[in-house]
Amino acid sequence: MTHGRSIIGTGLSAFLALLGAGFAADHLFASHMWVLFFVLLCATIALMRTSSFGPSPKVDPNAFMDGPIRYGVVATMFWGVVGFLVGVVVALQLAYPDLNIEPWFNFGRTRPLHTSAVIFAFCGNALIATSFYIVQRTCRARLFGGDLAWFVFWGYNLFIVMATTGYLLGITQSREYAEPEWYVDLFLTVVWVCYLVVFLGTILKRKEPHIYVANWFYLAFIITIAMLHVVNNLAVPVSFLGVKSYSAFSGVQDALTQWWYGHNAVGFFLTTSFLGMMYYFIPKQANRPVYSYRLSIIHFWSLIFLYIWAGPHHLHYTALPDWAQTLGMVFSIMLWMPSWGGMINGLMTLSGVWDKIRTDPIIRMMVMALAFYGMATFEGPMMSIKSVNSLSHYTDWTIGHVHSGALGWNGMITFGALYYLTPKLWGRERLYSMRMVNWHFWLATLGIVVYAAVMWVAGIQQGLMWREYDSQGFLVYSFAETVAAMFPYYVVRAIGGGLYLTGALIMAFNLTMTILGYQRDETAIPGLAAVPQPAE
Amino acid sequence: MKQDHLDEISGVSTTGHEWDGIRELNNPMPRWWVYTYYATIVWALGYTVFYPAWPLVTSATQGVLGYSSRGEVKAELASVEAERSAHTAALANKSVSEILADDTLRQTAIQSGAAAFKVNCVQCHGSGAAGGAGYPNLNDDDWLWGGKPEQIEYTIAHGIRSAGDADTHQSEMPAFSDILDREQIASVAAFVVSLSGTPKNSGLVKKGRTVFAESCAACHGNDARGNQELGAPDLADAIWLKTHGEAGIVAQIKAPKHGMMPAWGARLGDTAVKELTVFVHSLGGGQVVRGSLFPPGEKREITRVARPA
Amino acid sequence: MALLDKHSLIERNATLLLVGSLIVVSIGCIVQIAPLFYLENTIEKVEGMRPYSPLELAGRNIYVREGCYVCHSQMIRPFRDEVERYGHYSLAAESMYDHSFQWGSKRTGPDLARVGDRYSNEWHVQHLIEPRDVVPESVMPSYSFLKETPLAVDLVAMNLKANRAVGVPYSDEMIDNAAADIRAQADPNADTSGVEARYPKAKLGDFDGNPQALTEMDALVAYLQMLGTLVDFKTYDETAGER
Ligand code: HEC
Ligand code: HEC
Ligand code: HEC
Ligand code: HEM
Ligand code: HEM
Ligand SMILES: [Ca+2]
Ligand SMILES: [Ca+2]
Ligand SMILES: [Cu+2]
Repeated sequence: MTHGRSIIGTGLSAFLALLGAGFAADHLFASHMWVLFFVLLCATIALMRTSSFGPSPKVDPNAFMDGPIRYGVVATMFWGVVGFLVGVVVALQLAYPDLNIEPWFNFGRTRPLHTSAVIFAFCGNALIATSFYIVQRTCRARLFGGDLAWFVFWGYNLFIVMATTGYLLGITQSREYAEPEWYVDLFLTVVWVCYLVVFLGTILKRKEPHIYVANWFYLAFIITIAMLHVVNNLAVPVSFLGVKSYSAFSGVQDALTQWWYGHNAVGFFLTTSFLGMMYYFIPKQANRPVYSYRLSIIHFWSLIFLYIWAGPHHLHYTALPDWAQTLGMVFSIMLWMPSWGGMINGLMTLSGVWDKIRTDPIIRMMVMALAFYGMATFEGPMMSIKSVNSLSHYTDWTIGHVHSGALGWNGMITFGALYYLTPKLWGRERLYSMRMVNWHFWLATLGIVVYAAVMWVAGIQQGLMWREYDSQGFLVYSFAETVAAMFPYYVVRAIGGGLYLTGALIMAFNLTMTILGYQRDETAIPGLAAVPQPAE
Repeated sequence: MKQDHLDEISGVSTTGHEWDGIRELNNPMPRWWVYTYYATIVWALGYTVFYPAWPLVTSATQGVLGYSSRGEVKAELASVEAERSAHTAALANKSVSEILADDTLRQTAIQSGAAAFKVNCVQCHGSGAAGGAGYPNLNDDDWLWGGKPEQIEYTIAHGIRSAGDADTHQSEMPAFSDILDREQIASVAAFVVSLSGTPKNSGLVKKGRTVFAESCAACHGNDARGNQELGAPDLADAIWLKTHGEAGIVAQIKAPKHGMMPAWGARLGDTAVKELTVFVHSLGGGQVVRGSLFPPGEKREITRVARPA
Repeated sequence: MALLDKHSLIERNATLLLVGSLIVVSIGCIVQIAPLFYLENTIEKVEGMRPYSPLELAGRNIYVREGCYVCHSQMIRPFRDEVERYGHYSLAAESMYDHSFQWGSKRTGPDLARVGDRYSNEWHVQHLIEPRDVVPESVMPSYSFLKETPLAVDLVAMNLKANRAVGVPYSDEMIDNAAADIRAQADPNADTSGVEARYPKAKLGDFDGNPQALTEMDALVAYLQMLGTLVDFKTYDETAGER
């Protein structure tokens, strides 16, 4: 019987969730378990409906396993749109507070929803899908572990559903980018270990003698995130049937542990891993060799060594002792060149085919991603300098920095990868529309520029207003006045986000039509070959 | 094990490996990149010599400059204090009335008072000091606890019904829901409304006047013009602190709300309280010093009602 | 470069790559985080810090639940403007019982590290019910449901126990009396001598304007009103705290 074990697994888990709801120690846990129960119940029913008796079809042990990747591409697209939409909503909530709907949709709950939806759901699904794709191609081996890859995909998405519904219910540890409570954390640990097993197992099975550079980056990402996740989430639950837990650390130690995690969530989840993505898709799409093997080696090891130290730049001038702040600052400065190493290696891979930036919107997207990566990793070290940080910290400048990295680098490179993958995975000759890719590119670029520019101005103004003195040496502004001054910027930021979201909707349409097998009848972009890649 | 393979476009050799069609060129690392990297490392390590940086066994290295972020702010605050010392010394030895009489002192005190007001008071009394429901307008000449400089100073220093301060203004209007019957409350409310000019059923008002004389006059005065000793508001001036209309007055009589203002003396110090007093005093009693202090576009209206003759 | 040629060894051995990466990323963690646990001057010596009273702790959990930290910091930096605006810069000692810390990373609203005693209970209730009623410029969401929601008290002793498990010095007496203390602190008619003895400087009385009911609003306001009020700065040695 197909799916036999899965049906038993989900059915049993659904039953456990029901027990959890029944015996919950607090009503939040009960609500959360009901959510889990319904999700698992639906999963079980769906599995039973698609299940058939008789022997499972034989799989070719040499063929690539692309099923979870196809699902991953769709999930990435879906969560991207959701995450950006929530981003626009939270942006509007800051401009028009009446848009808060208490209690479930108050800003304090929707903001973590946004950050988790974009980082973990959108970026995370993109990473799992691309890593599975790349590791199979560059190792010439089928994914290790059979259906374990499916468990990784579904388990990870179940984690996201539990995390995000939890925030809306008010279940959070208040640790930025690690908000889910202890039981969701434990579940993610299991999923993540399986992810490591699948990925590492595939590498061990490889038929290529050498491990390709993209896989170094993915591997470092997976194990470092595992370490960060486990340590930062150490906590003692109040009850094994309740939501609440207390962090194992407190105060200053807790703060450094959290920002050691938070910074390296950026460093490994949003940077190292995405460099892995970059090292595959740019050479493939440009059809050129990677620029410099040596640069790859040096910048890889430097990057992972230095990143870990930079966490204290999130705690400048706090009650963290000065020595730790100094270390955070100087290691951030040293991080500048290793970060740019990735950008250089990516950009220079195009040497000899620079005209593709003009003719191929997908290449253009990837190049723009590298440009924003370069910008964010220049701005970051600058913001790590204590005197700069004294102005930028706590302000919208940080938010601008985050989004030039997130929208520019993570978003754009992911879009590029999705455009590359979709026709390949569904065996289509080409995308539904190349012109729409072009539209997406310009909308996204404009959106980012508007967002980042406005937040930069807002942040600096905010920082200056807080510390503005009159000629007599007295503070000029009340806090409320600085809040009022942000209004126009918040409105324009929301517009920038709206542009970015519109681009993503166009992508979703384009990819859906491609998957469904349509081709838009359109005049080809001059210089772009009608069939950019031979289908595999 | 390497096979020679030359990339035709760049003319550079590759490492010889190939993964899914991808090769790697043997280009050297860009020089400028390497040197900039070295430069950042030298700078970083050098920096850690000058500033606190490396954790050892019992403490971290302190850096040759002897820097500490807390030491730095202490020095800065000390220098600000030194700069202001002439000003603060002048204020410290003078009473608020004396400061008000001296034009230069008054001006500087207003300025510093305005700054302290923005930081500590606007959340309750509003950006324009015009108050809001339950929080008195400080621009008008209607005072609960007295508008003379010394009275304002006392109010700010000790607060109103502020639990932590032994000398705070204390007095609470009792709840009359058990003392007066429904009709008496309605009548006294009608009477109070009629005081500020709204004509009411004269029978009720007449009855209310008696109730008032018996139950309320002790605090609000025979003429209902209030009593600043007790913080009992003037009920005849159409300036309302917390009530809205007759229903509000009825509610206040049945179960009065008691405003609370924190005591600021211990938190901010005597000088700051004097500065605040001068600032607040300069707002009220008709001498409104706004303009430059409060930019246009204030959101709260200042209700200014002429006293009935 | 001969060294780089050796790299092919790592490239051919996944275990080597895995272990190598793990070692490289561990160095920074050990050098940076471990000393915070053993260097004695990390947490300043101060007088006045005590564990949260059960009601304050419940309020703090609501603060966490509602995600107030996404807009409010609780960390006054050692700058002139922040010290003048918010009060003495925050010490590490002041969050020593905070599991998790609430220092925040973005100030959409003002710092709250010393908001205690700054406003009246009534102001807080009004502000939380509808922030724009008292501060027209505010973009803070309304939390009026807190006043309607009864405070859940059945797990209060277990909350204290979990805190004790992670190092907060709650005594047996505190745990045994937790359920009584959480009610007494917000009840104007209760005997509060026990609460006062166990939790010096605790704010007492009804917080939400409704003495009949113990609500989430009571707890949250009790928490806000104690923020930054514990440490006695008169006995604090500034110079010793420079590190
Ligand atoms: C928690 C809110 C709050 C804050 C903050 C606050 N006040 Fe008040 N203030 C009040 C209330 C409420 C009253 C009226 C109390 C009453 O009902 O008698 C008042 C009354 C006053 C009065 C007396 C008015 C009169 O008519 O007698 C003065 C003067 C005053 N405040 C000045 C200040 C200054 C100066 C500051 C800042 C240092 C300040 N207040 C901060 C709530 C506040
Ligand atoms: C013990 C003194 C006392 C007595 C007696 C008293 N009041 Fe008051 N009243 C006050 C004080 C003090 C306030 C200010 C509100 C507060 O308690 O904070 C006040 C406030 C008011 C207000 C609100 C004014 C405003 O601006 O919003 C009204 C109306 C009022 N009283 C009416 C009455 C009436 C009618 C009676 C008799 C039935 C009465 N009071 C008896 C002390 C008293
Ligand atoms: C959308 C962002 C946002 C969220 C979420 C938020 N606040 Fe605020 N908060 C503000 C802003 C802006 C101000 C300044 C204007 C004002 O006083 O309302 C403020 C002011 C305050 C103040 C007054 C501080 C002072 O010193 O003036 C308190 C207390 C406060 N908030 C508590 C809370 C609590 C408790 C929560 C969670 C239950 C919360 N806030 C959630 C934005 C927010
Ligand atoms: C349509 C696009 C987007 C919009 C309109 C948007 C909007 C916002 C807003 C309004 C905030 C809250 C800022 C504040 O508290 O002041 C925020 C925070 C954040 N967003 Fe986005 N966002 C978008 C896309 C993304 C993407 C694609 C990512 C990541 C891949 C991302 C990552 C983050 C992060 C990490 C934060 C928290 C920043 C911090 O705590 O400093 N956002 N976003
Ligand atoms: C060399 C690289 C980088 C350095 C040194 C760096 C440094 C910094 C600094 C100093 C802050 C502000 C901390 C504060 O004041 O609170 C910050 C915040 C942030 N950065 Fe970077 N940055 C780098 C690259 C990136 C990239 C590529 C991204 C990609 C998305 C990114 C995402 C973020 C996020 C999400 C935050 C907000 C964290 C928070 O407060 O919630 N950074 N970074
Ligand atoms: Ca967590
Ligand atoms: Ca109550
Ligand atoms: Cu960082």
